[in-house]
Amino acid sequence: MAVLAVLAAMFIHLLVTNEAFNWSFMVDRMFRPPIIEGLLRGTVLMTVTAMVIGVTLGVVIAVMRLSENPILRGVAWLYTWFFRAVPRLVLLAVFGNIGILWSRIEFGVPFDTQLGQLFGIDNLQLRLFGFSSRDILTGFMAGLLGLALSEAAYMAEIVRAGIQSVDQGQTEAAQALGMSRGQLLRRVVLPQAMRVIIPPTGNETIAMLKDTSLLLYVPVSVELFFQLDAVGKRTFQIFPMYVAACLWYLFLTSILLVGQYFLERHFGKGYGTAGRARLRLRGMAAEAGGNPGEVKP
Amino acid sequence: MTELAIPGQAGAPAAESDLMVRAEQVHKSFGSIEVLKGIDLEVRPGEVACLLGPSGSGKSTFLRCINHLEKINAGRIWVDGELIGYRERGGKLHEMREKEVAAQRRSIGMVFQRFNLFPHKTALENVTEAPLLVRKEKRAEVRDRAAALLERVGLGDRLHSYPSQLSGGQQQRVAIARALAMQPKLMLFDEPTSALDPELVGEVLDVMKDLARDGMTMIVVTHEIGFAREVGDSLVFMDGGVVVERGNPREVIADPKHERTKAFLAKVL
Ligand SMILES: Nc1ncnc2c1ncn2[C@@H]1O[C@H](COP(=O)(O)OP(=O)(O)OP(=O)(O)O)[C@@H](O)[C@H]1O
Ligand SMILES: [Mg+2]
Repeated sequence: MAVLAVLAAMFIHLLVTNEAFNWSFMVDRMFRPPIIEGLLRGTVLMTVTAMVIGVTLGVVIAVMRLSENPILRGVAWLYTWFFRAVPRLVLLAVFGNIGILWSRIEFGVPFDTQLGQLFGIDNLQLRLFGFSSRDILTGFMAGLLGLALSEAAYMAEIVRAGIQSVDQGQTEAAQALGMSRGQLLRRVVLPQAMRVIIPPTGNETIAMLKDTSLLLYVPVSVELFFQLDAVGKRTFQIFPMYVAACLWYLFLTSILLVGQYFLERHFGKGYGTAGRARLRLRGMAAEAGGNPGEVKP
Repeated sequence: MTELAIPGQAGAPAAESDLMVRAEQVHKSFGSIEVLKGIDLEVRPGEVACLLGPSGSGKSTFLRCINHLEKINAGRIWVDGELIGYRERGGKLHEMREKEVAAQRRSIGMVFQRFNLFPHKTALENVTEAPLLVRKEKRAEVRDRAAALLERVGLGDRLHSYPSQLSGGQQQRVAIARALAMQPKLMLFDEPTSALDPELVGEVLDVMKDLARDGMTMIVVTHEIGFAREVGDSLVFMDGGVVVERGNPREVIADPKHERTKAFLAKVL
């Protein structure tokens, strides 16, 4: 105990006295508009969109993986294999430079020119629509794509584990009531799988928030860490700005942790009477004038 | 439509349309193991048919074939004159699409040994779920009907309880109400009381007796000999994937003809 106190005191001493921290400079810079904009767009908005796409696509891939169709199963397996095998940082660097591959991204019949030649038509073009890759694959879009596609692979595994954790009897009961596959998945299996899916998804969201800092390598300039890093390098005050980054990420992830707690509580309803009993006990303790915080799980 | 005009099939049944369930030479294998080796069964509307047999004899499997939870490998099953799971075209059977099978299941209620209530929904929501989702009925109507059904099974005061807050007997009664909410013409029970503590068996059997009195057609897999004797209109004894003996429950139980039936009854009585 005494040892801990001494260590803590030493740490605080370091924080306060070491020049390298330069607290006043850090506080002055960490709330400037470009940094706040980077935080809102590159970190928060990016996390939210990447997770929404990642979760949605992840559910689709998980359902494909569990389907009876071998082709769908194979595609889903290939997808998760690829996006889990390539490190995120590398993936982001690749997506950041994908513009080199095509100057225009077009959707249409593949191999149209080649097919046209087969039928003796010169230069057949079956492009449905297209756009310059520079318009669409801006840093932000490239980064979003990289993060979302990679997230979908991890989410697919989480969702699959969640679906498989639901008792087979639930599916049978729903089928016996005349529900279709889609209905029973949406109304019976997935809501129950949520109990298993939510906690790791919370962790994934927190990891995603932190991984937005990897966007530095796309690069995405409207992003918290990019901005803090830039300020640090410009002013030769690198360390204070990295400490600022730590503080910002600590703050943001703490908010997410609170959100995760409430989500887990919501999806735990109907399971075991422990949670409810605890709530009741708290109510009773409060009524009796006791400390409501006393009842520990 | 109930005319049976299959080439090469001798002796079409005369009164098929009068039957609620008709199974003909039902075969079912899991891999190389043949679990059902040609089951025949006829159940009239309003009849309570009890299915007895030792563990592993294929009772559950047969019951699950009736609502196509299991695909049969050979034979045919009709419920209320409708061929289950397959469509007959030009003397050949074509498997139905998933949506059509789901539609057929709507009029067949099923109650499971382990209740299989939806744990994330209250008793009332468990009962209203399928009518709302599958039959797209009006919420208010469904709610009233569900509340009345739960009242009928003696749970009028537990509408908003989650399954985890109910005893096994109560859960099973909710499960019966849930199946009844789809207004089925046939109810399948797979050992509905086997997972219950002995003192809770009675309350579930009472609900089932009440249903039987009301004229519901029921196929009940059970080890409750008393129930079979008291409520059953017919008894079917299965062993090793075949029907060994059948008849009036009181007669079969009092005087079984077959050795295997005798041995089984000696054990459970
Ligand atoms: N999905 C399955 N895959 C493989 N074998 C199965 C499957 N379902 C059932 N069986 C086998 O089929 C046989 C019959 O099983 P079934 O559950 O129909 O018996 P039962 O008469 O209902 O027995 P019990 O009284 O124990 O419920 C058993 O040998 C069982 O192991
Ligand atoms: Mg069984």
